[in-house]
Amino acid sequence: MKDEVRVTIKSDVDVVAARQEGRALAAHLGFSTGDLALIATAISEVARNIVNYAKQGEIILKVAEKDGRYGIVVVARDQGPGIADVARAMQDGHSTSGGLGLGLPGSKRVMDDFDIVSEVDKGTTVTMKKWAR
Amino acid sequence: MRVPILKQGPYLIASVQSALTDADLLQMRDDLARLVGQHRSHGVVVDVTALDVLDSFAARTLRTMAYAIRLRGAQMVIVGIQPEVAFAMVQLGLSLPGVDTALDLEEGLALLNRKTSEDHASEG
Ligand SMILES: Nc1ncnc2c1ncn2[C@@H]1O[C@H](COP(=O)(O)OP(=O)(O)OP(=O)(O)O)[C@@H](O)[C@H]1O
Ligand SMILES: [Mg+2]
Repeated sequence: MKDEVRVTIKSDVDVVAARQEGRALAAHLGFSTGDLALIATAISEVARNIVNYAKQGEIILKVAEKDGRYGIVVVARDQGPGIADVARAMQDGHSTSGGLGLGLPGSKRVMDDFDIVSEVDKGTTVTMKKWAR
Repeated sequence: MRVPILKQGPYLIASVQSALTDADLLQMRDDLARLVGQHRSHGVVVDVTALDVLDSFAARTLRTMAYAIRLRGAQMVIVGIQPEVAFAMVQLGLSLPGVDTALDLEEGLALLNRKTSEDHASEG
């Protein structure tokens, strides 16, 4: 299996492809079925945000290794409109689209590391990591 | 892929596949709301046994769907949420307030039988 997988995100079909690729890579790394569901859900959330708010972008899936432990790195990147108030976007229930506003804060809760960098008119990059137990 | 919807007596059964896209989900929502009228169904079972992810969009759409079906005069029950999917939903903060759920198809149909006979009993 390759160490890095890239999925171009342009439509809802790509959201499904990204979470399937992520699940496959995570399964290969030995994650539990519970963790696989968490990882797939988080990928689904950030990939859908790309489709909804930026129209297009990509999901990059990578393997991390530290002290003999393996992890999965998920990068969601777009050159869309960016987020003016990132702190607000990270709050439960905040949505500019009538959504539940749980995608970003929920993903942060289920992953071990979560980082978001966004600049208005430049785009958004979310980087999340989870370690296999 | 369009979610197959089966008519079984007074009920409709929608069997969701694992690679469910947002468009498929919205299509199923519209199909069910329409078919409930066409077949004069009393209940709808949405079987998500095959689904490995139930994210915020799916949760919101299922909720909307359950409320719309109820407004159409029928009952909806979601069956087959897998244990790991259930835990993932809870950790994400997702819930389905006011939406009936049951373990599997059999339990879901039993629940519909109870609910629809109650409705009829209370009618008269
Ligand atoms: N990639 C992105 N580009 C631009 N804005 C974004 C992006 N991702 C998120 N946002 C902004 O952050 C807000 C919060 O995102 P979040 O995913 O938490 O909730 P949501 O998408 O509104 O609802 P849902 O619960 O269905 O995911 C969004 O409403 C949107 O305004
Ligand atoms: Mg979102």
